[in-house]
Amino acid sequence: MLKNYLKIALAVLRRRKFFTFISLFGISFTLTILLVLTAFIDKVVGDNYPDKKRDRSLYVSRLSQEGKNTMSSSPPSFYFLTHYAGSLKTPVKIAISSGFNGTNTYVNNKKIAVNYKYTNAEYWDVLEYDFLEGKAFNKQQVDNGDKVAVISQDMKKEYFGDVPFVAGQYIEADNVKYRVIGVVKNVPITSYMLYSDIYLPYTVAKDGGYKTNKGYQGGYYGILLANSASDLDKMHNEYEQMVQRLPAEQKQFTKVNSHADTYIKSYVDTGNERQSGTFIVITAISIFAFILMILPTLNLVNINITRIMERSSEIGVRKAFGASSRTLVYQFIVENIILTLLGGLIGIILSIIVLKVINSANLIANLELSINFTVLFIGLLVCLVFGLLSGVYPAWRMSKLNVVTALKAQ
Amino acid sequence: MIRLQNIEKVYRTDTVETLALNKVSLEIAKGEFLSVMGPSGCGKSTLLNIIGLLDEPSKGEIRIDDQKTANLSDKQLAQFRNKKLGFIFQSYHLISDLQVLDNVELPLLYRSATARERKQLATEALAKVGLSNRVKHFPSQLSGGQKQRVAIARAIVGRPEIILADEPTGNLDSAMGNEIMDILIQLNRDEGTTIIMVTHDENMAHKTHRLVRLFDGSQVQ
Ligand SMILES: Nc1ncnc2c1ncn2[C@@H]1O[C@H](COP(=O)(O)OP(=O)(O)OP(=O)(O)O)[C@@H](O)[C@H]1O
Ligand SMILES: [Mg+2]
Repeated sequence: MLKNYLKIALAVLRRRKFFTFISLFGISFTLTILLVLTAFIDKVVGDNYPDKKRDRSLYVSRLSQEGKNTMSSSPPSFYFLTHYAGSLKTPVKIAISSGFNGTNTYVNNKKIAVNYKYTNAEYWDVLEYDFLEGKAFNKQQVDNGDKVAVISQDMKKEYFGDVPFVAGQYIEADNVKYRVIGVVKNVPITSYMLYSDIYLPYTVAKDGGYKTNKGYQGGYYGILLANSASDLDKMHNEYEQMVQRLPAEQKQFTKVNSHADTYIKSYVDTGNERQSGTFIVITAISIFAFILMILPTLNLVNINITRIMERSSEIGVRKAFGASSRTLVYQFIVENIILTLLGGLIGIILSIIVLKVINSANLIANLELSINFTVLFIGLLVCLVFGLLSGVYPAWRMSKLNVVTALKAQ
Repeated sequence: MIRLQNIEKVYRTDTVETLALNKVSLEIAKGEFLSVMGPSGCGKSTLLNIIGLLDEPSKGEIRIDDQKTANLSDKQLAQFRNKKLGFIFQSYHLISDLQVLDNVELPLLYRSATARERKQLATEALAKVGLSNRVKHFPSQLSGGQKQRVAIARAIVGRPEIILADEPTGNLDSAMGNEIMDILIQLNRDEGTTIIMVTHDENMAHKTHRLVRLFDGSQVQ
């Protein structure tokens, strides 16, 4: 029986090329978008390199002060992170790093753009970068203001070429030479708090802002590491209380806001104190996914109704020769599932191609997107849901059709 | 074998009420070849559809093989049609997406038969209507007369006791019409199949055992 359904399904698909094209296009296109989107989210949210201790870390990326008519928002200062966040009891370590800055450097008269950032020594304890060679700078080196650098794998290749080891060699950035002491695996730019080509001790920063800026606001990020995941709440509360006690720096401000949040929350932080970024993002993604799915489904239902009604003579004949309504519903659902699975297959192939293109075009630095099995599974599931959703209703309507009416409609 | 008692059929639309059949009583014996004639709109198709259990009468009772059909469920009706009845339509109603052989196999899909049995029976049925050399064709590649012969093969493939034919020669020229008629007569004579045929053609009607005439929903002969 199933084989016959398959036969008629394929025959119908082959003969109704336009309909097949529209349906397959709708399904595969939607699925591709979903797959690429999930691959992206999956990568950004799910990949925990190099902050593998995410479950016991809180992220501080913003500090704002507000007054009646004014508001000032930026990452916190080095001073704030060491003196205020640093005074908290719960964190066992605090990773501090500046945002990344861009500059140019020259190799054999070829200009290359590099990003560098400054970090403290604990940064390398809190985060678990994979070292391909060498190691990170320690507290001693930072305190001495040693001109040493940890560079990324890509940077090594771009600056030094295809050589096995570069530790001990010098790299120039912003007209200063630094001794390379370690090479780490790349971090995608989507992990904006952790990404860089070159990592330097904060003490070598030319502007000396870490010393001179005694205000709350600056250009540094902090990651507070707790002893265990169960201490996160305590750490969060301690931070909140500390911030609440802070007096505003200037009299036009009345309130200081800053939060130590979990990874996801800090990632989607909008800087808006009154509405949580997480809420907005989750709502936005759900609405987007919903619309993305509902439109082609409705479209498919619509096409399916027309298509099935077009085949009313076939329905009439089948009923006349002994098909019960239920058998017919079954037949049309199977047909639809075959169609949607076919669309799903095309969608998956399309996604693989799209992801390959995104990866090879290197649109987003160091971001390697890949289809994983969860995503694939979700994709196939979505396809089946599509198949059922778009097949059940038309099939049910069709099965109600009176034989004589079905035969008359031509 | 078939017994109609005081069958009435009323079609209601928003504006008019049509009495398509008015107190028709009819008894058809096993092996009989019956033709139904009458002017357009007099209720011939309606009568045939009711006998074929494709439509329900508004009033009256039908018995086929001494079985009342009024209270059968959708599934039971489907099975009943599958076993006992074969249909031939004026406009063939072949499934255009399927090849001739698959079209003929159709009734066998709804009973238990293996793919091999189906193929064999369908091939035999096609041989009976003289179309053994057209099994791989699609309906659109056939002439009207050939299409109707495929439709006959489909109607007889499941060996039903009753064949209902609504103007089977209506779309054909007289030569092809005669061919179709010969096949039906032979079927009736050799296999004893009961045939009820609606026709507009007096010549065809005279080749059958009995003629029933309808006028405005009532039986006049
Ligand atoms: N579904 C329907 N709704 C309303 N009226 C209908 C319907 N089907 C048939 N009728 C009416 O019932 C009457 C009988 O129709 P029927 O199709 O049985 O005629 P017929 O004798 O087969 O005609 P023809 O020779 O043209 O095929 C006609 O007046 C027709 O208009
Ligand atoms: Mg008619």
